[in-house]
Amino acid sequence: MKVLICAGPPTSGKTTVLKQVVKKFKDEGKRLAYIKIDVQFTEEDEVFRKQFDIPTKKVYSGELCPDHCNVMIMGDAIHWAMENNTDILFVETAGLCLRCSPYVESALGMVVLEATSGMNLPKKIGPLLGLADVAIITKIDLVSQAEREVFRANVLKASKVDIIETDALHGINIGRIVKRINDANDISDSLLLKGNPPVGVCTICVGKKEIGWQKHFGVVRPLEGDVFYRGE
Amino acid sequence: MDINYLEIIGGYGRHGAEEPVRKVSLKMGDIVSIVGPTGSGKTELINDVERFADDNTPSRRRLLIDGKSVPEESVGDPSKNPIALITQHTNFLSDLPVQEFLEIHASIRQAGHTESVIERTLDFANQLTGESIILDSAMTELSGGQTRALLIADAVVIGNSPIILLDEIENAGIHRTKALELLKNYRKIFFFVTHDPRIALLSDFRIVMKGGAMQKIISRNEKEKKIAEGIKKMDDVLSDFRAKIRAGDSLEEDEFERRMKELSYN
Ligand SMILES: Nc1nc2c(ncn2[C@@H]2O[C@H](COP(=O)(O)OP(=O)(O)OP(=O)(O)O)[C@@H](O)[C@H]2O)c(=O)[nH]1
Ligand SMILES: Nc1ncnc2c1ncn2[C@@H]1O[C@H](COP(=O)(O)OP(=O)(O)OP(=O)(O)O)[C@@H](O)[C@H]1O
Ligand SMILES: [Mg+2]
Ligand SMILES: [Mg+2]
Ligand SMILES: [Zn+2]
Repeated sequence: MKVLICAGPPTSGKTTVLKQVVKKFKDEGKRLAYIKIDVQFTEEDEVFRKQFDIPTKKVYSGELCPDHCNVMIMGDAIHWAMENNTDILFVETAGLCLRCSPYVESALGMVVLEATSGMNLPKKIGPLLGLADVAIITKIDLVSQAEREVFRANVLKASKVDIIETDALHGINIGRIVKRINDANDISDSLLLKGNPPVGVCTICVGKKEIGWQKHFGVVRPLEGDVFYRGE
Repeated sequence: MDINYLEIIGGYGRHGAEEPVRKVSLKMGDIVSIVGPTGSGKTELINDVERFADDNTPSRRRLLIDGKSVPEESVGDPSKNPIALITQHTNFLSDLPVQEFLEIHASIRQAGHTESVIERTLDFANQLTGESIILDSAMTELSGGQTRALLIADAVVIGNSPIILLDEIENAGIHRTKALELLKNYRKIFFFVTHDPRIALLSDFRIVMKGGAMQKIISRNEKEKKIAEGIKKMDDVLSDFRAKIRAGDSLEEDEFERRMKELSYN
């Protein structure tokens, strides 16, 4: 099974890109699953379930930082997708905490940025871009070619990622994104967070990178259920 | 990138019917215009060219350069991009100062010695605008016309591309005649999307769009060449009056009558 972790600032076009991608994979007959991690509101799971008839889930991170929530529940989520005989699991996450990253080793990390955001955005979002494998630049239909090229250069200056530009509304270049996902590795058994979490007080923040709430202490949460305290 | 000729292989219109025009061929130095009502797919057609469409866009058109589709690797790298597109956008979203923006773009496009390139770009742009563009103003502060002028200059001077696509340059309040004059000094393939008879008749032939599809190609014949001269004169008269109003002058009846008479003598 392949896992795609798709992150990016709010309204950057994550869902629009994923819908286009899912449509293509559906046509190829792939078995898919979708999970959305958001802070307090989302109905995207409904949208994907209705539109594509695939198993979906949503998780509200609530008090937890969404990236940390991601670490807690990802183990369960992968298990859930495996039980559903999934070929590709799509994880869409808000990724609001710009100090950590939501990406997991051996999963494909995809950041979605909009060409309409400020030229300095790539410098501001740290590991969200720095640890991604591929950056998708959306809304190229809304800016001039010159601006697009300069934005792209600024992304590359912040991180040497692969870049795919798209007008996600019209499905431009979706084929290249699909190919990138097809070329990705399967998820491995030992799940580790990519990069180093910032200095902090919780188990993730002090550098424990194992995925799954079972590996952590303090305030944790499983995929199904509320946060609880684990430990002494 | 050296280019000899370019072909557009027809695809499908908005409702999935095959386009009547199956192939358009252009060689270096050709000027083609694209005409058709609002929403007929003019912009989509030049976007297809800009994206090196290869059966992967909604129209499923294909673009061939010197007989071959363009390899995917070269699509992503702007310094290798032979195509410059001037879109219908009349505003920048970029928060950078003009100078810094042009510097970055010139370095991406590998346009050579940056200082002189930027000077030439600005000089080109300022010939098209009423009020000059200042290098350290923010891109977002530019007016619609200034934005358009800068984009055209950027595409020609910094982009230095052999293929230039212009989407409705008439609609931005720039000196259109001056723009055409400056552009004609360059030997390139030009695509003009236009609603303007003067620009349309400047081209060697024009593609007529409807329902998202290329309907037919009309070559400019000798008759039209002559008509084009007349239209140019009418347009000049109109431009002169436009310039007067813009400059804050009042129009005089006798001058108007004189100009109208001149027109009808020709
Ligand atoms: N013009 C244009 N609009 C786009 C493009 N991609 C997305 N949009 C629009 O941008 C808005 C937000 O897109 P979403 O896909 O919902 O963004 P998101 O990143 O999933 O947003 P959240 O999940 O709420 O963080 C929608 O109105 C989309 O239609 C694009 O390439 N071009
Ligand atoms: N061949 C096609 N297949 C599918 N969709 C198309 C096709 N051609 C155009 N469209 C869609 O139709 C819409 C209108 O097209 P477009 O913007 O190119 O019109 P236009 O002629 O440039 O209009 P205007 O004069 O207003 O600028 C767009 O959403 C475009 O994506
Ligand atoms: Mg979304
Ligand atoms: Mg248009
Ligand atoms: Zn965090």
